[in-house]
Amino acid sequence: MAKGDPGSTTRSRRAAPRSRKGAVGDPELVQLLTPDGERVDSVTGPDGTVYRVDFTDEEYRGLYRDLVLVRKLDAEATALQRQGELGIWASLLGQEAAQVGSGRALRPQDMAFPTYREHGVLYCRGIDPIMPLGLFRGVDQGGWDPNEFKFNMYTIVIGAQTLHATGYAMGVAMDGRTGTDDGEAVIAYFGDGASSQGDVNEAFVWAGVFNAPLVFFCQNNQYAISEPLERQTRIPLYQRAAGFGFPGVRVDGNDVLASYAVTRHALDNARHGQGPSLIEAYTYRMGAHTTSDDPTRYRIASEVEAWQAKDPIARMKAFLEKQKIADADFFAEVDEQAKRESVHLRERVLAMPDPEPTSLFDHVYPHGSPLLDQQREQFSRYLESFEGSAH
Amino acid sequence: MSRIKEFNLPDLGEGLTEGEILSWLVKVGDIVELNQPIVEVETAKAAVEIPAKWAGRVQAIFHPEGTTVEVGTPIIAIDTDPDAGPIETPEAPSGAAGDLPTPSAASLAAVEVAPAEGMVEPGLIGGPAPGGRTAVLVGYGPRTTAAKRRPRKGVVPAQTATAAAAAPAQPAPTQPAATAAPAAPVVPAPAAPAGSNGHTATAGTVLAKPPVRKLAKDLGVDLRTLTGSGPLGSITREDVQRAATAATEPAPATATVTAAASFGADREQRVPVKGVRKLTAENMSRSAFTAPHVTEFLTVDVTRAMKALDRLRKRREWRDVRISPLLLVAKAVLLAVKRHPMINSTWAGDEIVVKEYVNLGIAAATERGLIVPNIKDAGRLSLRELADALTDLVQTAKAGRTSPADMSGGTLTITNVGVFGVDTGTPILPPGESAILAFGAIREMPWVHKGKVRPRQVTTLGLSFDHRIIDGELGSKFLRDVGDFLADPEAALLAWT
Repeated sequence: MAKGDPGSTTRSRRAAPRSRKGAVGDPELVQLLTPDGERVDSVTGPDGTVYRVDFTDEEYRGLYRDLVLVRKLDAEATALQRQGELGIWASLLGQEAAQVGSGRALRPQDMAFPTYREHGVLYCRGIDPIMPLGLFRGVDQGGWDPNEFKFNMYTIVIGAQTLHATGYAMGVAMDGRTGTDDGEAVIAYFGDGASSQGDVNEAFVWAGVFNAPLVFFCQNNQYAISEPLERQTRIPLYQRAAGFGFPGVRVDGNDVLASYAVTRHALDNARHGQGPSLIEAYTYRMGAHTTSDDPTRYRIASEVEAWQAKDPIARMKAFLEKQKIADADFFAEVDEQAKRESVHLRERVLAMPDPEPTSLFDHVYPHGSPLLDQQREQFSRYLESFEGSAH
Repeated sequence: MSRIKEFNLPDLGEGLTEGEILSWLVKVGDIVELNQPIVEVETAKAAVEIPAKWAGRVQAIFHPEGTTVEVGTPIIAIDTDPDAGPIETPEAPSGAAGDLPTPSAASLAAVEVAPAEGMVEPGLIGGPAPGGRTAVLVGYGPRTTAAKRRPRKGVVPAQTATAAAAAPAQPAPTQPAATAAPAAPVVPAPAAPAGSNGHTATAGTVLAKPPVRKLAKDLGVDLRTLTGSGPLGSITREDVQRAATAATEPAPATATVTAAASFGADREQRVPVKGVRKLTAENMSRSAFTAPHVTEFLTVDVTRAMKALDRLRKRREWRDVRISPLLLVAKAVLLAVKRHPMINSTWAGDEIVVKEYVNLGIAAATERGLIVPNIKDAGRLSLRELADALTDLVQTAKAGRTSPADMSGGTLTITNVGVFGVDTGTPILPPGESAILAFGAIREMPWVHKGKVRPRQVTTLGLSFDHRIIDGELGSKFLRDVGDFLADPEAALLAWT
């Protein structure tokens, strides 16, 4: 499958399901693939938009492969943290579909502003998955070029990236890079917890008022660390968009197809100059907030089990099997690839060199500064003052 | 050792110092896979399973369940190549988790009992945390335990001195490195020469904030060529923009030449209005439509003044001074202002501000366009000082180094349109000023002199003034005085001063 654009060419003939209004169980939820792996041909959203995807079999298999790889690499990173090789890790477990669906919906020219959990989107942007591990191992600052991959650096400050994205998107509009099919759109990722932040609400105001070509992609994973959604909002998050003057939609964040369809539609609206929109990807964080967190202290097992039944990979696998798009050999091959890549990732992480202590001064200014030169000199001499020093 | 690997308890959650072994999920002799859960550990934050870091056979388990273990202590040993035969170390595994072999020295030393905690459950926010710290939402704040570090070398000052001798650019060698680090904020300008004389010449010593450096880089301006107008002589954004404008905006005369090459298909060229052009346009529009201008003209025979200038140039003390007719015009204006102070004033809505000081503006055509720097308090200057100030002003303007301060606060202006070969003009007042004198070209013309037509050097003066303040009578008297001075400077000087 061609990375970056899975949903365009010929339609699959295998999936010939009925058209439905709304979605199973929740009329507010755009869903194209049920937890049982049943395909829904098209869904009409709250504003009358009809969402559908037309993927080839190859593309369906590609999405599945993305989901499995992303989960496996994430699990490896979690293990590496437990083994003392990473300082901390924010797992995406359970949110793979929201990330892969939205990540694959991005066109090459689109710009993404992630939180620190968007490993799946990062993967879809073609960035080496080791990049964030260097960051969380504390040996570099992230390492990828945001301009080259159109994927900004991870933002640790909750919600701050929504303002960065708004400013960037306003710049895109001012540069006249919207209004055509190949216009640029911007996507800002954040979570349900961030939706309570002032930054996010300010970003909503600015993006709305200035009609910025921006998609606010909120992964509602139900918890702001330990704080449940009912203490973040009195209405569904997507409905907040109306108050800021742009459309909002809630999508099944465990459904990679719906996540793709909704994001692609919102991005295309943005690139054509139709302004911002808010997507609430309704999902669940199956793991801890980060490796420093213990979710059993604030949520009950039955809730986790209920979401386990909505697993994004299981339903995609069920769909592929039922529609005979993929066979056992394919699934085994994907698992094998995931294992191979995770082992490779581990080896490379363990081989990451510790940075030179003085490299701390290297990237403060592009061309250095006399003050930093002086500090580097002093720091070098300080290091040299220890016995057994290699410096 | 390469075959047997000991696994140290890691910091499982951002600044934890210890963990309690809740349960072992494997026992000695078990074959484990990579990432297979081997032990459950409870820290102050969470109970977590730790996955095996290596595949192999469990060789030894160092701590029983219920033990509190310090971070960094070995808890398990794994034989990573169990099929390679017996291990040569005498330390044979006993086969039971509770029967503990001797680990490496470090692990034994590190075993300790959890410190007595308070009533609040350890690990809850606000409750006690390991090492006497208080739990916060993320992490535990700064460590209170003493850091373990390698000992310092004994001869620190000598080290530093050697290093300093090797690299002469370093600062004061008598200061030990450790105390030098937290030294007071460095003020680079005075500090730089202390290190070495050559230091000031390097590019790095130019003072400018990073955004200004970025701007300079983007605009292709070499910061080393600029003179800073900011604090400590630092280069400001304005300095850079001025330099960039000077470099990119051609003078009006050349603009037409270069413009010819850049006409588009429609034979029209669009020149962005920015910088000096924009400022000039704004000022001129504002002035032209707020101050009612009147312009008067006077043609003067300046032959005597030119001769006076020649005589002045020949004097020893004036030998190396650059002087031009503009000097005499400036002097004429300054003397005339003394006789008619109201000329040097500002319309301030409900009052007129008359100034005792004259900040004499000189309109200058530069590479960047029209700028009007002024000579501060020019009325107090001697003729010689005035000549020097004029030379300095013109050279600064030509070099593009005129600062905003030089251009603000003008009270009265001379525009020397004569240098362009024209006779006169109807100048527009600089905002805030009430009079401006245009000084035209000096030409040899037929002129009635002592009853006969003679070739004389003649020029035309044009004075625009703000009719809200200055009526025709005052304007005319002022212009007449300027003309009288230029017609016979010596007599005017004798008469007026």
